[in-house]
Amino acid sequence: MTALATEPILTERTIMMARWAALAVLLGLVDAAVPSPVPGVKPGLANLVTLWVLWFEGWRFAAGVSLLRVLASSLVLGNLFSPGFFLALSGALGSLLVLWPASRLPRRWFGVWSWSMLAATGHMLAQMALVRVWLIPHDGLWQLAPVLLGSALLTGAVNGGIVARLLRLKVNGNGVATH
Amino acid sequence: MNSTNRFWGLRPGDALVAGVLLCFWFWILHATWLSPAPTEARVYAGGALYARLRLDQPKALAVPGPLGETRIEVMAGKVRVASDPGPRQLCVRQGWLSRPGDAALCLPNRVSVVLTGGGASYDSLSY
Repeated sequence: MTALATEPILTERTIMMARWAALAVLLGLVDAAVPSPVPGVKPGLANLVTLWVLWFEGWRFAAGVSLLRVLASSLVLGNLFSPGFFLALSGALGSLLVLWPASRLPRRWFGVWSWSMLAATGHMLAQMALVRVWLIPHDGLWQLAPVLLGSALLTGAVNGGIVARLLRLKVNGNGVATH
Repeated sequence: MNSTNRFWGLRPGDALVAGVLLCFWFWILHATWLSPAPTEARVYAGGALYARLRLDQPKALAVPGPLGETRIEVMAGKVRVASDPGPRQLCVRQGWLSRPGDAALCLPNRVSVVLTGGGASYDSLSY
């Protein structure tokens, strides 16, 4: 136990977390650059990283990467503590909340597809809740729900498919897709 | 391993999750876009209820306000503000209202119209 006091703060694992978060920030920038037809409809590419680290490193690590990404990308985009920042934060918290039980489902039956679709839905619901109570306090907002939740489901499925594919490439070792 | 290799890594439970979420989506769609048609338009003037119009019969109504008359029109289950003396014409430009809970506010003239009935239980606006 005495070793804890002298343990360096920058452990191997912390540095790895920062690296993953940096990659997520980069993907988030790509996301931000993609023009969106409707506010709130986005591919959510940074979540690829969250899903990936969740698969290999567990929920706590993924939560660290995800929250670190929200903070760091808001510094890069310059929207710290703006509505956009709180929307991103609520989305990240919503998806992490859903992923906590989801990542405990038996992996034999439930893979990253499930995680991704559930997380995207949780992400969108949390954001809509924040918008409803804070930014647009009117029930007319729910008229957008089919579009927003539909797009979340779609992007969640696509991202889940991408991560499932990447996992397969990694498991097969040689980086060559096999069918 | 075999189960991860088919269908882009889609596992049995994943299909189940997708199905459940799709059902949830349809339920939301039903609750919002496919909700029953409104039955009544409530017209307010100066903060008080001025008239209740049935939506199943066409009608034109002139509502007096501080700036002049706001004309409201009902046709085929829809209602609109046909003309308003306000400077910005926001309520006029909203066009036809057709969903329960939809509202057009002509604030300068203190006239508003709200659709009610058809299962939309909410009817409050906070200013």
